[in-house]
Amino acid sequence: MVSQGAQSTKGGGERTEAGVSGGRRRQAAIPYVFLAPFLILFVTFLILPLAYALVISVYADKLVGGNVFVGFENYKQALGDPGFWDGVRRMIYFGIFQVPVMLGLALVFALLLDSGAAWFTTLFRLGFFIPYAVPSVVAALIWGYLYGPTFGPFSQLADYLGLPTPAFLSDTWMLPSIANVVTWEFTGYNMIIMYAALQAVPREVRDAGAVDGAKPWQIALYIRIPLIFPAILLTAVFSIIGTFQLFNEPSVLQALAPGVITDHYTPNLYAYGLAFTNQEYNYSAAVSFALGAVVVVFSYVFMLVTNRREVRA
Amino acid sequence: MNLRRLAGSRWLSGRLAAVTAILLLVVLATGCGSSNKGPATILFWSWVPGIKDEVKLFNDTHKDVTVKYVNAGQGADEYTKLRTALKANKGVPDVVQIEFQFIPSFTQIDALADISKYGANDVKQDYVGWTWDQVSEGDKVYAIPQDSGPMALLYRKDIFDKYGLKVPKTWDEFASEAAKLHKAAPDTYMTDFAASDGGWITGLMWQAGSRPFEVNGTKVSINMDDPGAMKVANYWQGLIDDGTVSTDPDFTNDWYAGLGKGKYATWITAGWGPVFLKGVAAKSSGKWRAAPLPQWKAGENVSANWGGSTSAVTAASENPEAATEFAIWLNHNQKSVNMLTTKSNLFPTQKSRLNSPDFKNAPLAFAGGQKVNQVFIQASDHVDKGFEWSPFQDYVYAQLAEKVGAAAKGDTTFPEAMHKVQSSVTGYAKDQGFKVH
Repeated sequence: MVSQGAQSTKGGGERTEAGVSGGRRRQAAIPYVFLAPFLILFVTFLILPLAYALVISVYADKLVGGNVFVGFENYKQALGDPGFWDGVRRMIYFGIFQVPVMLGLALVFALLLDSGAAWFTTLFRLGFFIPYAVPSVVAALIWGYLYGPTFGPFSQLADYLGLPTPAFLSDTWMLPSIANVVTWEFTGYNMIIMYAALQAVPREVRDAGAVDGAKPWQIALYIRIPLIFPAILLTAVFSIIGTFQLFNEPSVLQALAPGVITDHYTPNLYAYGLAFTNQEYNYSAAVSFALGAVVVVFSYVFMLVTNRREVRA
Repeated sequence: MNLRRLAGSRWLSGRLAAVTAILLLVVLATGCGSSNKGPATILFWSWVPGIKDEVKLFNDTHKDVTVKYVNAGQGADEYTKLRTALKANKGVPDVVQIEFQFIPSFTQIDALADISKYGANDVKQDYVGWTWDQVSEGDKVYAIPQDSGPMALLYRKDIFDKYGLKVPKTWDEFASEAAKLHKAAPDTYMTDFAASDGGWITGLMWQAGSRPFEVNGTKVSINMDDPGAMKVANYWQGLIDDGTVSTDPDFTNDWYAGLGKGKYATWITAGWGPVFLKGVAAKSSGKWRAAPLPQWKAGENVSANWGGSTSAVTAASENPEAATEFAIWLNHNQKSVNMLTTKSNLFPTQKSRLNSPDFKNAPLAFAGGQKVNQVFIQASDHVDKGFEWSPFQDYVYAQLAEKVGAAAKGDTTFPEAMHKVQSSVTGYAKDQGFKVH
């Protein structure tokens, strides 16, 4: 693809004898010119900060005594830190329930929209997608208001009907409440990915199934879903990564239930608090890298397991 | 190939030389600029609403100093930016708003200038004694007091009248009135115990005589569970066990609605409280009254402080003298102080302003026309002296929020929570290299 683009440039450019070697060199440079806008931003805002974080993670800067090199001390501490693992465990628990529910809903909506069974397809597609366009901080604020224990609309309604007040922000229900916000936000996004994949499934395959007497649900289960399986896998991997990085929603809801959402409720919240409340930037960097490792391990294991299954199928 | 590389490197070194020359010029130019005797430019960070008017007044009346104002966020947001600027040693403001309780956190990292050498002590006697204590260490001065939050009790007169409650003079009376109210109206609470608000709880501990920190350079003594703190913990544990007070987090929409609709009969608050409440619970206008804080011993008159800010000069400032001039002017010039207290509704720390008739005798319609400032001025006169903050107050507040918050949920008890805060804060201080005794 790149060489094709380069050739056409050459065709349109100088063709003098002297310009040949210069042109070739220019040819070799062209991909990098096109890559440059991305690469510059990528290096400046991702690679360099990562490298910086990696460097500070092997130091310890104390209020008294200053900056000293400590090697892997911070990582050792992170691996034995109950606060960190408490957050990781909570996110695993969160992901096991929230990701399948969200992706299941997204799949059902995508299948419905694609099958043309629903009326007002465009309206629904837009409606499901709109929550994704709402910034997650705003979404958390809205839901935080709805969850209000005394004067929130749900509580008011329950009060009016004489039902017990729902305790959305209690120890027991906080995680499902956050899962609800996240599902609300991201179902539409995942639905669009699956819907786009469904649109690419050839009509004939479906028609062949119908001719063979398959019912719509059989066509969905045995033809359409297997054909978009790679897209579903993609959304699953994204969701796993997103789950471990949960931050905005608990951070906003923390003000409403400070006793429930502790400083290590999610690993990201923990890293943030370590850096900006405790002034332990070095340890925070180490915890962030440890979290990155956990994400890589889980994503890799997930892909390994699903790939094996795919091969067997 | 070799030749070309050589040529290339020569080209490069030419470029480098040019770039270096330009950089040098720039450095020289800016170097000259700062040693120049032109008007000094002061960068000022503050989140006080409307303070740009005071800055404008200063700029209009001072030809030798120009102040550039930036709102860098409120509280923790500003401190995070300040710490980043300090670390980068770039963009550090000359004058910065810092709350009383965070001054030691910044003097610990040598971020603030001792402005006693620029005449700060000349205005010492013009400020309420305990506020000056909070910004100074012996003769050293690290900031000029701006506003404070002496504590008192706001109560709902309508609720008190309806259930025949009397305004409590002691905490014992507060508890017995709470029980009476709870019996008559189980859905109304005597007050809300905002367990995870570290600043507020510290205010209660302060009044009860707790002195959690004593700092001496890199030596600190930590007593988060001293007798004063335990007195507060045990007292509120009792009220919460009886169900006469609620434990909702403060400064949330639900809490504002609760104050407006009469879920809480009182709010234990500070000098800035009445006007703040007017903004968030306008519906309840006219129903509130102010009274002194209930006392631990009948007949005593002890208050504490919750909130309030200062104007500090940073050690990184290149114009500390001009910066000090502005910090003093802002909080000392009569016009400026009047604007701060009337327009921005700050509770003053300057004695002359506190005693001026138009401040003292201003009736507040929100409190049924009561001259509430008089109650808070009296409180300001009786704020217990000698309260010290830790050099890592963010961490202390975070620990209070988490551990005392857990007690509010019933996971542990308040006295137990204070012991836990004590041990985690001690551990943190040791980790940070302090000598703890």
